[in-house]
Amino acid sequence: MIAEAGLAALWLAAALAALQLALAVIGLRLNKHVRPELVEGRAPEKPAAHLDTGALTGSARMGEVAKEIMAAVRPVAVVQGVLTGLAMILLIAVFVRSDMSVLLVAENSHSDKPMLYKIAGAWGNHEGSMLLWVTILGLAGATVATIERRLQARTLIATLGAQAAIALGFYAFLLFSSNPFARLNPAAPDGRGLNPLLQDPGLAFHPPTLYIGYVGISVAFSFAVGALVTRDVGPAFARAMRPWVLGAWIFLTLGITAGSYWAYYELGWGGWWFWDPVENASLMPWLAATALLHSVSVLATRDGLRAWTVMLAVVAFSMSMVGTFLVRSGILTSVHAFAVDPSRGSFILALLAIYIGGALVLFALRIGTVRQGTTFDLVSREGALVANNLLLSVILGIVLIGTLYPIVAAAMGVQLSVGPPFFDKAAGPVALILVTVMAVGPLLRWRRDDGHVALERMMLPIAVAALAMAAIFIATGGIGILPFLGLGLAAGLAAASVAPLWKRNLRRTPLFTWGMVIAHLGIAVSLAGMASDSAFTKETLVAVRVGEPNRVGPFLVRLDGISPAIGPNWSALQARLSIRRGDDGAWFYLYPQSRYFSSPVTVTSESAIATRWNGQLYTVLGQSDGEGRWQLRLWWKPFVTLIWAGGALIAIGGMLSLIGRVRRERRVAEREAFA
Amino acid sequence: MKPKQQRLMLVLLAIAAVAGASGLALSALKDQAAFFYAPGDVAKAGPPVGRAVRLGGMVQRGSIRKQADGVSIRFVVTDGVATVPVRFRGVTPDLFREGSGVVAEGMFEAGGAFVASNLLAKHDERYMPPQAARTDKGVMHETKTLQP
Repeated sequence: MIAEAGLAALWLAAALAALQLALAVIGLRLNKHVRPELVEGRAPEKPAAHLDTGALTGSARMGEVAKEIMAAVRPVAVVQGVLTGLAMILLIAVFVRSDMSVLLVAENSHSDKPMLYKIAGAWGNHEGSMLLWVTILGLAGATVATIERRLQARTLIATLGAQAAIALGFYAFLLFSSNPFARLNPAAPDGRGLNPLLQDPGLAFHPPTLYIGYVGISVAFSFAVGALVTRDVGPAFARAMRPWVLGAWIFLTLGITAGSYWAYYELGWGGWWFWDPVENASLMPWLAATALLHSVSVLATRDGLRAWTVMLAVVAFSMSMVGTFLVRSGILTSVHAFAVDPSRGSFILALLAIYIGGALVLFALRIGTVRQGTTFDLVSREGALVANNLLLSVILGIVLIGTLYPIVAAAMGVQLSVGPPFFDKAAGPVALILVTVMAVGPLLRWRRDDGHVALERMMLPIAVAALAMAAIFIATGGIGILPFLGLGLAAGLAAASVAPLWKRNLRRTPLFTWGMVIAHLGIAVSLAGMASDSAFTKETLVAVRVGEPNRVGPFLVRLDGISPAIGPNWSALQARLSIRRGDDGAWFYLYPQSRYFSSPVTVTSESAIATRWNGQLYTVLGQSDGEGRWQLRLWWKPFVTLIWAGGALIAIGGMLSLIGRVRRERRVAEREAFA
Repeated sequence: MKPKQQRLMLVLLAIAAVAGASGLALSALKDQAAFFYAPGDVAKAGPPVGRAVRLGGMVQRGSIRKQADGVSIRFVVTDGVATVPVRFRGVTPDLFREGSGVVAEGMFEAGGAFVASNLLAKHDERYMPPQAARTDKGVMHETKTLQP
């Protein structure tokens, strides 16, 4: 019965989404006839409480009707959100109960599985993850409907209408081609289990994190559509949209960082980024969201870049759609991509075409009516932000081309794959230029700056970068050009990032300034980790007998023995490694495993990692040669942890900004209420 | 600067950026995109020496030879039409065995032998990329060689 209730909740929610869209459209149409002064976009922005001005015009009755219809949109959005949440809870319930009469449970779960993975199994598959997507979208819509007070009422209604339109496509996809609640008759005796590679605590929470990011962007996009529909593109709209962009960006950052660390320790390759299509699918929205975040700030505080911001919202949304759909459609060849049937692929492509095409058409039709914002000099903070936006777009374009090219080529009958060499070569240099712009931007004044004076402000970071490069050259006697530039730029960027705090009262410095400083510092930290990993990693691959010592970097590693180990749903061969640093360090032990899962039958390598302040020792157990030798793969990776520490800093910076912005908005609102 | 000039400037900059990106991407694609070969293709057209390519087929039965160092192997990839000898140094994927499907990433040497930097073996039928689904059932399980 639980599955049927879930399906019913989903149908009801879909019906409500249709109602939400219809009410928004009808309400806006009626309202348009009543209040022509708003249509031309001349009216000042008013909070929702002032909606009753409709009654003052000639056709008071029509205004009343429009008002009532528009007022109904908010509760409908709330109930729709609650229903999707209910459907998701019911899906988790059937997974927790291991109800094998539900097809999805039988295919993706097993009664022996630990509880965490039974729950995570609910979204560790195509249907469940799509339901999770809709759930987050529904709850986000409910949140907008409940708390949003800054937008014009009409723009808010248009926003909720746009959201309903997005949700409808997903409901159709779920209900017509990916029903998560489908029954299996007769019920399976037991499930097939979750892919063991996904049975990791980090990965259990990975999809929800990324989806919150994707959905946050789609909400920002709905705001942009709402503002385009009511011709309300301005600072107020940007301020309403900014927290959503910021929130989405924080979650995307966390998701990408966590995903990178997962790939690093779970796949046993010792690498932290593979330019896998699935990774790219999360990187592309992040790049677009980063650009959007910066341009929306210009719009909110300086009233510039109006059209560009709306365009970026469209692009960011398109990228999150491409990301969500391509990963789950099986079009991309990837370690993580799930194969699904081709009819779904075409459904997905149709949805993509409708959403992205529709958004672009609306943009083309309306953008002419968006008025010019304020202007600025090329040498100014705005100018640097425009350069940042362009460079981010260039990287985005490169990643997009590299990700989609194999699909296009396959359609033309050519089989090829695009891998790390392409992305490194094409995106690496652009990323380094971007880092330079990042260092310069925050040191420039808004609107217009004097080139010579600005250059003086940059002397310190330039000196730091030059010193760092000289030190690296002397200490190492030369490393690869990209890591060399990376390390030098990281040092310069770190200095430039904290420079805006120079000679300021640190206690009175606004929280969002701290946020920017810390996020930029995070980029410098990450960059230093990446460059250090590629320049200084030491790797050893050997076949050893028990008792034989080996060296990797500063470490001595000895295989003490191999013994069996057992877990909740796996058995393993486990190596004991005694390790010490140098010749007189203290001994410590690592236990890499080779795990065997019976449902589904899979073998995975569990790496064992020792973290030190200056890097990580990474060990993997390979196979036996049958004559007493075991393969061992050992890496010493100096400062590799900085990559993820930087990611965490970036996210923390984002959170500080978000808190700072929300607080300031509240203070402004309170002051206005008293005035 | 007047607004009109500024907008023109921005548009020009944007066009230059897009053109630069496409140029970079296309030139890198020309050099770096790995093409997919089956042993039969190699027999027909000759080995593309010195370019990053992928070689796909089955591991010929009885062909896996472990080398003395314990971490290198030699084996033969076949597609029923022709065969290619392959060398690989590294931990082989968990499902790499004789008679199973394999995709090797690497380069052809002048003599026609293939040096793999990366092996992907096919796996359980449920978690498979479409490429594998078309030829055979299974997922790619991948391991890499030492960084050069």
